[in-house]
Amino acid sequence: MRHPWRPLKSALPIFAIVALTGLLSGCGGPFPQSALRPASDFATSLDDLFRGIFFWAVIVFVLVEGALLVAVFRFRDREGKRDVKHVHGNTILEISWTLAPALILVLIAVPTIRTIWEVDRPTTDPDALLIEAVGRQWWWEFRYPEFGIVTANEIHVPVGRTIDIRLTSADVIHSFWFPRAGGKRDVIPGHENQLWFKMDSVGVFPGQCAEFCGMSHALMKMEMVSESAEDFEAWVALQQQPALGTGDTAPPAEPQEVGAGEEMPEPRADPLDAELRAVLDAGNQAFLGSGCIACHRIEGTVAAGVLGPDLTHVGSRRKIAAGILDNTPENMANWLRDPSALKPGSLMPTLNLDEDTIRTLVAYLESLK
Amino acid sequence: MSETAAASAEMHHTSTGLPNRKLLMWAFIGSECMLFGSLIITYLVYRGRSIVGPYPEELLNIPFITVTTFVLLMSSLTMVLALAAVQRNDMRQGKLWLLMTALLGLVFLSGQVYEFSHFVHEGLGLTTNLFGASFFLLTGTHGAHVFVGVIWLTTLFVLAVRGKLTSANAETVEITGLYWHFVDVVWIVLFTIIYLLV
Amino acid sequence: MSVTEASHDTAGMTAVHEGTYSGGLWSWVTTVDHKRIGIMYAVFAFFFFLVGGLEALLIRIQLGSPESTLIDPDLYNQLFTMHGTTMVFLAVMPLSAAFFNFMVPLQIGARDVAFPRLNAFSLWVFVFGAFFLNSSFLFGGAPDAGWFGYANLTSTQYSPGVRIDFWVLGLQILGVSSIAAALNFIVTIINLRAPGMSLMRMPLFTWMTFVTSFLLILAFPAITVGLVLLMFDRTFGTAFFNPAAGGDVLLWQHLFWIFGHPEVYILLLPGLGIISEVIPTFSRKPLFGYPFVVYSGILIAFLGFGVWAHHMFAVGLGPIGNTVFSATTMLIAIPTGVKIFNWIATMWGGSLRLKTPLYFAVGFIAMFIIGGLSGVMHSSAAADLQQTDSYFVVAHIHYVLFGGVIFALFSGIYYWFPKITGKMLSERIGKAHFWLMLIAFNLTFFPQHYLGMHGMPRRTFTYQEGLGFEAMNLMSTIGSLVLGFSILIFLWNVLHSLRKGESAGPDPWGGATLEWAIASPPPHYNFRVEPAVHSRDPLWSEGGLDVDVNDPAAPEPHMPSPSLWPCILAFGLVVVAIGAVAKTLPVVLAGAGVVVVAIYGWAFQPLER
Repeated sequence: MRHPWRPLKSALPIFAIVALTGLLSGCGGPFPQSALRPASDFATSLDDLFRGIFFWAVIVFVLVEGALLVAVFRFRDREGKRDVKHVHGNTILEISWTLAPALILVLIAVPTIRTIWEVDRPTTDPDALLIEAVGRQWWWEFRYPEFGIVTANEIHVPVGRTIDIRLTSADVIHSFWFPRAGGKRDVIPGHENQLWFKMDSVGVFPGQCAEFCGMSHALMKMEMVSESAEDFEAWVALQQQPALGTGDTAPPAEPQEVGAGEEMPEPRADPLDAELRAVLDAGNQAFLGSGCIACHRIEGTVAAGVLGPDLTHVGSRRKIAAGILDNTPENMANWLRDPSALKPGSLMPTLNLDEDTIRTLVAYLESLK
Repeated sequence: MSETAAASAEMHHTSTGLPNRKLLMWAFIGSECMLFGSLIITYLVYRGRSIVGPYPEELLNIPFITVTTFVLLMSSLTMVLALAAVQRNDMRQGKLWLLMTALLGLVFLSGQVYEFSHFVHEGLGLTTNLFGASFFLLTGTHGAHVFVGVIWLTTLFVLAVRGKLTSANAETVEITGLYWHFVDVVWIVLFTIIYLLV
Repeated sequence: MSVTEASHDTAGMTAVHEGTYSGGLWSWVTTVDHKRIGIMYAVFAFFFFLVGGLEALLIRIQLGSPESTLIDPDLYNQLFTMHGTTMVFLAVMPLSAAFFNFMVPLQIGARDVAFPRLNAFSLWVFVFGAFFLNSSFLFGGAPDAGWFGYANLTSTQYSPGVRIDFWVLGLQILGVSSIAAALNFIVTIINLRAPGMSLMRMPLFTWMTFVTSFLLILAFPAITVGLVLLMFDRTFGTAFFNPAAGGDVLLWQHLFWIFGHPEVYILLLPGLGIISEVIPTFSRKPLFGYPFVVYSGILIAFLGFGVWAHHMFAVGLGPIGNTVFSATTMLIAIPTGVKIFNWIATMWGGSLRLKTPLYFAVGFIAMFIIGGLSGVMHSSAAADLQQTDSYFVVAHIHYVLFGGVIFALFSGIYYWFPKITGKMLSERIGKAHFWLMLIAFNLTFFPQHYLGMHGMPRRTFTYQEGLGFEAMNLMSTIGSLVLGFSILIFLWNVLHSLRKGESAGPDPWGGATLEWAIASPPPHYNFRVEPAVHSRDPLWSEGGLDVDVNDPAAPEPHMPSPSLWPCILAFGLVVVAIGAVAKTLPVVLAGAGVVVVAIYGWAFQPLER
């Protein structure tokens, strides 16, 4: 005997919960680090796969939760007990509801396996750009072997070209993750991992370490600048230069002694204006004097430390301290004053520099474009 | 174990007919298989991956270990004899074979101690390389199990000497035997993996 | 056949048996009675549930706003590590153990477990181990490398001090407790069943306890070995997880997850067992597809050993490894689904009494479906490359562990509270607890799915502005505070009902299984006369039970005597651990001495005196 349904209003609490959580969850945004906004072939593959799985998940959700709710509402107890038929099972039903999910899983498994074999094998693109990424507590080192470039925390890539990234760690396990460029890959000491992708749009994409790596794991970020081929080449050319004030922009050589009868050569002009030269000279002095060269390299100077980020072109980076601070003189000064305050546990010691030194260093570093 | 406790344990009937303590020992052995399995996996994963020597082929003395392995195997035989004796209440033989089993176990352990100290003398310590670490941990864990067995057997021997072990306690001796045979089987596996497959 | 009200002979059960819980502190410390041990497990587990909950609230408050400076990263990392470790090992597992302890002997018609003193030992090792682990907060800081403690962050180089040593030793102690208990329940369930109770006539909760126990004894050794390797690295300088000396940090991950994945089924299966009892009782219908529910539980346990590397999809296992583990992980969804369908089919055509236990059971199913579906999303190794290590996983695990396991455990609490205490919990407060908890739970964790997909990694003490994470984190934080409040409502229900609750009687729900045939709370010997069963639902069968299990004319059964040795042995173990953490050999040896003395004392003490 069928019992009539109670009005839907008694189901209201449940609908309210579902609607509320569903709607509210979409709040916030825009989402610059979102996996749901793919900007590369890798990210698009994963996004397509995810949407496919999500589709089936929604169907299963509606059917099964629906069946549950129907069961609860339709068979709830009325006044007095009613006779209940003791049913112990139904083999056909058991087989059906074993096979149906299995079938859906096959429909999920096939694109899964296809995508795994697409993304988990090395790229076969002969034109791929090789970049080496080394994870360290709590910053990222990037090397471009093809160009002889070493930089930190900000990776530039040409749009439309396959980027082949080799990943390793210098200390503990980290994870390399630019959600809009694709999935993540762990960065493991003693192992080399790889991932590849081809960006399909120009822009700046934030990324973050995604494997707990100690105190400042949350502050180990990076940025990817995806740019046109021309802009990328210009960036490469700039990175390949030694630091401003050295190499082509070095001060002119001291005038030499001339032999009798020879003319004094024309004194070469300083390629940099006097004010800038003064900043670079004073900064370089301060850099040497403050012990910075123990950990940092500035190409073209005697600073050749490898424990910390390469600072040759630090002035041209968008952010400092591994993506957590905008690259402004104020932030740079705060960092020099007390790195641990901004990045707890930072391996950069507090140098107890006086304000003058800090000012000099900040001016210097910001000039190193 | 005291007679009273043994007697009362036997009073409770069990759904399978198997005594509770025997079932417990079997389940425990199952768990121990996973324990040794994980240690063996560790040893196998690190085989050939030591960066510095000494290396296994330089140090492992198969003839010597074959002898100690034989000793341990014989101890399983004496364990069987001990159980048979206790079951027929021949406590004279029971005491003899229990003692022999413990002593053979002790001889095996002495062989292990000798081998370990020889390796250390030759430059292989726990922290020297991955071979040292995984070898000492694996065989050391096994040795610790043998040691516990020897203590257990000695305890039973002492009880027997005091007249407190009779055929009423045959189940206890049987369970001891189960443990002892298991430790022996583990050694066969270890001997094969570490020494014969070097 | 229709269900008639089971007729029990109440002659022997008129009043609450005062003997069950009487006696002072000493009687509780030396008890070997499974019921008291179960209650102590429950009390301590609930205490640590609150501790873990407090840790969670602090985490959520810190994450309620971007770049908050309320909690520094050092403390935060301890909080999230201890939240995970506490909830898994000190709250959920012991709460399940509380139910195993109290209910399994009753359900199989036994007077106690097979090894009552071993049972007490498991309890005390858990209690001392739990306090040992938490004492780390006072001695240099709690463990702070995550509940999963990945090498080589846990090496002395990157985690100096004793925090990780507390973690390593604490977990090893807790492992001893779990393995001992599991061995005990395996023997109990195999050997102590009432005549006529074949395995396929056992209550589902007992079945799931049985399966869980096998998982425990086979999974824990893997983490034991991992912890020993780590301990050796930290204490003696071996190189098991030191890449510079040839060690492989991935070995830790494999060993940990070979334990860790079965562990989540250890957490889940008891809850599934509870649901499989509650739904039939409140539907007044036997469980639909009993054999299928049993087999799917066994299959889940078995398959659970074959999926571990799905926690490692981003480490670079290669396409073959990722494919295999994706496949096995998807496979495990099938028996899980089978259970859900059988529960719904049990309710279908039944007469559902909408009482609080059923509310939580239905809530469990609803939330577990969501958690299971996000699990299927994770099972795809490629898609998981975005999801893993993000808040999407945090959402998934809390849907299955809170929305799933915790809801199931609350269902069990509301269901069996009358049996344990002799009092009914308030329906009114219970339903308020349920609704508030359901709404708050979803508010807390549903937004986290989005946070994960929008790029928020997990285990981060803060997040920057401008990434879009603010609104959903705030929502989640508000939800968590309300969730905490709902727990207080539950506590109020317990305290209020213990004082003023309605008297329960032997069978307030019209249950089918043997525990409802005796008084609430049960006499200390459980059954005066041993029952015999002829069906799966003995109390629903025609005429009820054959014998009067409470017949006062039968002689009072003699029960095992109390003993202090289990507590002393447990204490000795913890002294060893304290000595190890403090790197003080004399203390280690003293502890070892206590252990040896206690083993002999226990072995030579008769069980019944």
